[in-house]
Amino acid sequence: MAVDMNMNVLIVDDYTTMLRIIKNLLKQLGFNNIDEATDGTMAFEKVKMKNYGLVISDWNMEPMSGFEFLKKIRASEQAFKTVPFIMITAESKTENVIAAKQAGVNNYIVKPFNAETLKGKITSVLGDF
Amino acid sequence: MSDVSVEKNDESAGKKDRIVAIISSVVNKVGQDDKVSLKAIMTELRDLLLVIEETRQDLGMVRPSGITGEDIPCATDELDAIVDATSEATGTIMDCCDVIQEKAAEVGGETADAIVAEVMKIFEACSFQDITGQRVSKVVKTFRDIEEKIDKLVNVLGVNTSDILQKDTRTGDEALMNGPQLASEAISQDDIDKLLAELDGVSG
Repeated sequence: MAVDMNMNVLIVDDYTTMLRIIKNLLKQLGFNNIDEATDGTMAFEKVKMKNYGLVISDWNMEPMSGFEFLKKIRASEQAFKTVPFIMITAESKTENVIAAKQAGVNNYIVKPFNAETLKGKITSVLGDF
Repeated sequence: MSDVSVEKNDESAGKKDRIVAIISSVVNKVGQDDKVSLKAIMTELRDLLLVIEETRQDLGMVRPSGITGEDIPCATDELDAIVDATSEATGTIMDCCDVIQEKAAEVGGETADAIVAEVMKIFEACSFQDITGQRVSKVVKTFRDIEEKIDKLVNVLGVNTSDILQKDTRTGDEALMNGPQLASEAISQDDIDKLLAELDGVSG
């Protein structure tokens, strides 16, 4: 099934520079509806209010980290429980990847990354576009 | 270890031995003779006071208040300034990229596509600011920890510095937040992909 390029995508990062970079790359890839949040708490509020087709989140944020945000989503009984979730983070240790996978992450990108990597991971989660 | 630090360590060890010897002497005198004179004990205690005072002066010469009150705050301010400056510069670079992209869209065609492709590489490269910012924040936190430890050391005067280093006591989710990792501790994107595939195989 083709990817709906008009789906809502939520990007979460406490660095505005990184939000801007990811947003630009996503727009370049053809995604039109991109929302932003600067930590897990704000992001969780957003997923409760709107239907997202993809969440791309950083790990290390305060007050709620991306990891906690992921676990909160997966523990929910709401429809967003299964939303595709990609972690983009500087946390590049084996235990982090394992913990994220066990928490239900769909893919994991280590920073710094490029557009090709981002596209590849989105494709692996959503399918070709 | 340099000759100077060896000498300092010898000096510290010597003072510790002197303190132990004085206390042992007092204890022995009191233990062996119930009628030990107050004068003899006072003499020993005066020697002890002298050694403690010398130690205090030695610690004072290290200028701990200068380290915690000036050196470390200055260093952390410098690092904060680096983050601010790179953040501002990155913002400017990305503003310029936005304008270039808009102009390219106005022109259109293959050349515009080529320009946009190169601009995207600039955007990708700008992610350095996030990584360096996180690394600098870790260094600043380390400095602040050192500052706190020195303050404690000064307060108790004479604590063994080898006891100051604390083990990481964080647990659970908090213990997983240690990035960005140095190259020697990190795994690559390829390794992460392999690991995820393996984990998928295990769970599937």
